[in-house]
Parts: sequence; structure tokens; C-alpha cells
Amino acid sequence: MKVLINIGSYFLMLQKVFGKFTKWSVLRTLIFKDIEVLIIGSLGIVSVISFFVGGVVAIQTALNLSNPLIPRNLIGYATRQSVILEFAPTFMSIIMAGKVGSYITSSIGTMRVTEQIDALEVMGINTYNYLIFPKIIALLLYPFVITLSMFLGILGGYVASVTGGLCSSAIFIEGLQLDFNPFHIQYAFIKTTLFSFFLATVPAFHGYYLKGGALQVGKASTTSFVWTSVVIILANFIITQLILA
Amino acid sequence: MITVKNIFKVFDKTTILNNISASFKKGKTNLIIGQSGSGKTVLLKCLLGLHVPEKGEIFFGDESLIDMKEKQRRMLRQEMGIVFQGSALFDSMNVEENIMFPLKMFTNNNDEEILDRVNEVIKRVNLTNSNYKMPSELSGGMQKRVAIARAIVMNPKFLFCDEPNSGLDPKTSILIDNLIQEITKEYNITTVINTHDMNSVMEIGENIIFLQNGKKEWEGSNLDIFDTDNKPFIDFVYSSEILKKARKALKNSKADL
Repeated sequence: MKVLINIGSYFLMLQKVFGKFTKWSVLRTLIFKDIEVLIIGSLGIVSVISFFVGGVVAIQTALNLSNPLIPRNLIGYATRQSVILEFAPTFMSIIMAGKVGSYITSSIGTMRVTEQIDALEVMGINTYNYLIFPKIIALLLYPFVITLSMFLGILGGYVASVTGGLCSSAIFIEGLQLDFNPFHIQYAFIKTTLFSFFLATVPAFHGYYLKGGALQVGKASTTSFVWTSVVIILANFIITQLILA
Repeated sequence: MITVKNIFKVFDKTTILNNISASFKKGKTNLIIGQSGSGKTVLLKCLLGLHVPEKGEIFFGDESLIDMKEKQRRMLRQEMGIVFQGSALFDSMNVEENIMFPLKMFTNNNDEEILDRVNEVIKRVNLTNSNYKMPSELSGGMQKRVAIARAIVMNPKFLFCDEPNSGLDPKTSILIDNLIQEITKEYNITTVINTHDMNSVMEIGENIIFLQNGKKEWEGSNLDIFDTDNKPFIDFVYSSEILKKARKALKNSKADL
């Protein structure tokens, strides 16, 4: 029952986010601040994780190619497919649910417990739009983060394969180009854009409707991470069914 | 002037406000006092429009808050200044940005005009050389001053203060009380203060409404406190034995005269 009430409240919140708009000059500043924190602030961790996970994918693929009849260019092919189809868009989004999501929940939640949201509300500001809309817009740049993640993931695979002696540079690149379907990139970006919306709104919901004090802010951050991950995984399944199946 | 007529507010089948009627006068410091849980904050939040009472009316001048459309209510809110219990300053903004926030949000003034007005109110609340400090770098008293400056920067018609003295030492409390009273007179605004601090009651209580268990038990000014025989109010004001004895001695000396 509580889950249904929360789902209902979530959609009502979305309706209010696109209700009365905040003054553009104020909104613009907030959007740039959020781009800095949510997008630029995430580039470091995304780069490190992508590069090394790409490397691990390549090494593990190579270790499983014991049959001499299977061509070595499969390392490049498997790295590309894993990174583009699943690792960069989905698993990076789950990592971002931890980083960006808990930041959004705790920042909005702290504003709630310290009456800052009440102060905005009493001034006659649409707090849903003021607090959540800039985050949705900032996270529209999230596909660029995922593009970087794809590039670095594949680069990590290349570096691991070539420097580790798993295959030559030419063979890895041949695998990368093998049977390439550009629609897979399109599919990855479609789901990334949808995930970016969940990354902004699900944690914001948990922060906005928080009740209690500092302890509840911590609990809400954890709950928001769990629910954002669940929503991303479910949405991933549905989109994959609709687009690829 | 704000008028409250027969309002009831219920939470989870518990009546928090029970048939409250009161007037909050223009140019005066109106105090809502009572013990914790007496319904002070709920009454203040009803006045702010954050809670909607189940029954009754709230008038700002001649206009009913409850019947107002959302747009009218937003306009009214721009005429309100609020000082929250914990100051509610925006953590991500410095003092200057906190104070200029309502001006940036609701006026079309240029940056120079905004800055002039901000400096004017900063001076008014005696908070110089703190423009670029973050809220976390300020003492409790300074935070209250910033909150008051932010509340008055738009020249409000109504000023609401929720326990403005909480967490402050007695000396700073009196300074903040006096500042609020001076601003009330200077701007000729309707100020409503929610408090349980007896120093404030004695110092600035021009119109006091005493609540107990959600009911209005007493109404008067700080000058009426010594003469009242209202038992719940006396029990609240003279909560310690020393004060009770002092009151008795005062009464006896008056009788002797």
C-alpha cells in the first residue's frame, strides 16, 4: 500500500515540477551549478571506473578464449558490445545512483529538515520546480558522460589487451569494427536519457518528502539509492524488450 | 492586520487548534505564547498558509486566506517576511546572496539597485563586514540577523517569527527582540512572534495570545500580566516557586499601598 502511495506521490511531484516556473535568470544559475556538481563532478569517478572495468572485460574475455578456433578479435568485439550495450549505460547509471542520487537526496533532504524548503515555499516559490527542474535539465548532459564512459571502457580494453599481450592492436581494432550495428549506440543513448530522468527525480522525491532529522537524511539517501537502482534495472529490462527483442 | 476567526485544526484525529479567534494588530509585536505542544507553531503555519484549518477563517486585511486562489496566495506571500526557528538560511549561499534572494526572485531591479537595498538592510540589522561569510561561519545571533534582513528586504507588510530566540543567550535574545520591535514600528508592519521565552513576553509583548492545549486561554499585553487572575496563564508565567512568591509579594505590596 505504501509503495502505491509513494508511486502516486512521485507522479504528483512530477506534475508540480513542470508547474509554475521559476524566474529564468535564477533557474539558469541553478542549472549551471547543477551541471558543475552532477556532471562535471562525476567525470573523474566515471573515467577511472570505465577504464579499468573495460580492461577487466577484455582480460576475462581473453581468458575464456581457450579454443584456438575462436578468433582473437572476439576480445575487441566482446569489449565493445559489453561496454556499449550494458556497462556504460546501465551499470554506470547504478554507480551514478550512488554518487549523484545520494547527493540529490541529502541536499534536498537537508533543506527540508532545516526548514529551507518551508522558507522558499512561504516566499511563494514553486519549490518542486526550483529544486528539481534544474537537476533534470543538468542531467540531460548525462549521455555525454556515458559517451566518455564508452570511449574509456573500450580504451581500457585496448590497453589491457595490447599491453598484456592478449592480442595485437590490429586484431583488437578489427574486433571493434566487426559486425558493428550503429543502432546499438542509439539504443544505449535512449536508455541513458531515460535513466538520467530517474537519476534526477527518484532521489529528489526521497529528499523532498523526507520527515525527521539528520538520521533520516542518511536513511533516505540509502533508500533512494536502492529505489533508483531498482527503477533503472526495471526500466532497462522494459526498454531492451521494446527495442531489441 | 490579521484576523483569525474560530479556527480548528486536526491532525490524526487529535484537535491541535480548538476554536481559536484572535487579532494581530498592525504596527505592534503580537506574541503567540504557550508551552511546547500548545499549538503555537500550528497556528503560525496556518497564518502562513502552510496548514489549512478544517474550520474557520483567516483574514489578511479584508481578504480571506482560505478563499484565495493560488496566484493571489503567491502574491500575498511576497508581502510576508519569515524568520524561522533555525534561521533557515540557504547553506549554499553567502550572507549577501541569502538576503538578495527574494529581490532576485521577485523584482526586476538591476544588480546595483539590488546591492544597494541589501547593504541598506544589512546596516539596519547591524551586520556589517559579513557579506561574504557563509551561514556556517556565523554565530546563532548573526544568523538570526541575516534571517531578519532577508525577511524585511522586500518591505513586507507582515513579519512572522517562529521562536526567534531559540538557542540564543539571554542578552542576544533581548537584542534580537528589540531589533524586531524597532523594525515593526519603523516599517509599520504586523509582526507575529511565536515564543515561549518570558523575557520576550515582558520586553516586547504588546499583544499577547496565550494558548494551552490548542485553546486560547488569555489575551492581553505585557502590562496586564501582573493583574490577571487567569490560572493557566499564571501557572505558565510563574512556573517557578520563586516567581510565584515574587508575584504574591508584589500583590501584597500593591494592596498595602
